[in-house]
Amino acid sequence: MEIKRIQTPLDDGVINQLKAGEKVFLNGFIFTARDSAHKRFFETLDRGEELPFDIRNQIIYYCGPSPAPPGKVIGSCGPTTSSRMDAYAPRLISLGLKGMIGKGKRSQAVKDSLKQYKAVYFGATGGAGALLSKSVISSETIAYEDLGPEAVVKLGVQDMPLFVINDIFGNDLYETGMQQYRR
Amino acid sequence: MREVHTDSIIAAVENLFIDANINLSQNVFDALNQAIEKEESPVGKEVIRELVTNANIARTEHMPICQDTGLAVTFVEVGQDVHVVGGTLTDAIAEGVRRAYKNGYLRKSCCDPFSRKNTGDNTPPIIHTHIVPGDTIKIVALPKGGGSENYGEVRMLVPSQGKEGVKSFVIDMVTKGGPNPCPPIIVGVGIGGNFETSALLSKEALMAPIGQRNPDPAIAAFELEILDAINKTGIGPQGYGGTVTALDVHIRMLPCHIASLPAAVNIQCHAHRIKEITI
Repeated sequence: MEIKRIQTPLDDGVINQLKAGEKVFLNGFIFTARDSAHKRFFETLDRGEELPFDIRNQIIYYCGPSPAPPGKVIGSCGPTTSSRMDAYAPRLISLGLKGMIGKGKRSQAVKDSLKQYKAVYFGATGGAGALLSKSVISSETIAYEDLGPEAVVKLGVQDMPLFVINDIFGNDLYETGMQQYRR
Repeated sequence: MREVHTDSIIAAVENLFIDANINLSQNVFDALNQAIEKEESPVGKEVIRELVTNANIARTEHMPICQDTGLAVTFVEVGQDVHVVGGTLTDAIAEGVRRAYKNGYLRKSCCDPFSRKNTGDNTPPIIHTHIVPGDTIKIVALPKGGGSENYGEVRMLVPSQGKEGVKSFVIDMVTKGGPNPCPPIIVGVGIGGNFETSALLSKEALMAPIGQRNPDPAIAAFELEILDAINKTGIGPQGYGGTVTALDVHIRMLPCHIASLPAAVNIQCHAHRIKEITI
């Protein structure tokens, strides 16, 4: 199938072109964060402090990798279930976050935020952690090292394979895909 | 009485969990390859191709198939003519798990339920033992990820609900999970026994190779009937829509109380990691 190459930071020009169901190869930098890191993001924001990185036009990857073996940039690094971060996503999107990578359905509140602020939800293939590790070319822990696999890591990615699940037009691949093949 | 030293159990368990997490079994690999042909959706086919490539990369690069290397579930058949020496069987299995997750660079995913503090070494393992005839110990390692495990459930059905009740329960669970348990899934169904037996049966059912049918022809037909219904939901690979939502359905069944119809569903992701050894 046809594959679009896109680059971070994401700008509206690129986001306007992305449609649910498309496969993309992502290039640039992304930031891992899952349950505990999101909790700390909120505590930081509530104190009126800055997040550990500028999230404007960036992408968060819901991922807790396995440990990197000697000589490797990263271990296996597939997505975790996104819905656990639904409570946090709308606020981050309103602050300028432009993309999230994970697996599984998002809440209506998240989907509404994607439309309102022009952001996109991408799916990485769950359970394809070895494949996804091949597209990671650099890895640097930038915050919350004490959280182990839940630390915030800045990943340099080259042609990371993703599918667009929720676009800015309100399309949802999970809904349209299932309707199309239901018998 | 044959003596088995805990050192050999520790080494075997370490190898099993590393092997299971890195080398997808031929049975599952073949099932994924066949699923590419069966799948009607182009996006679904592309997803399964990624899974096949992933399994190849994991094998050649010696990396975990999935970063969620699971809680360490073991099924142990202990021959009643075996005497374990050097320590306890439980401690030996735990030590094997500890070494596997450290030396194999596997993710430690075991934590306190409330504080969420990681135990640090992926112990304690989950150990199910059966006493069997003979003088050997058979150990099955089944590392199980959290995403799929979260969509399991036990339901105490009413006897009048019968087969239809079990079928709609299974479809209900698969639909509720949707993309989250990483389809194409494998579904274990436990029927009968009591509350806890049905849950255990549903997990034991996952040990049957893909394509293997229940020896009872009526139950075998019921497995295929449920599989067909699951694949008509349209969920598809990764939930992106398609005709291959499940690779197989396995049922294990036992007699139950005259007042009950216990049923349990345990869902396994496509990264169905399972390896066994007999000592």
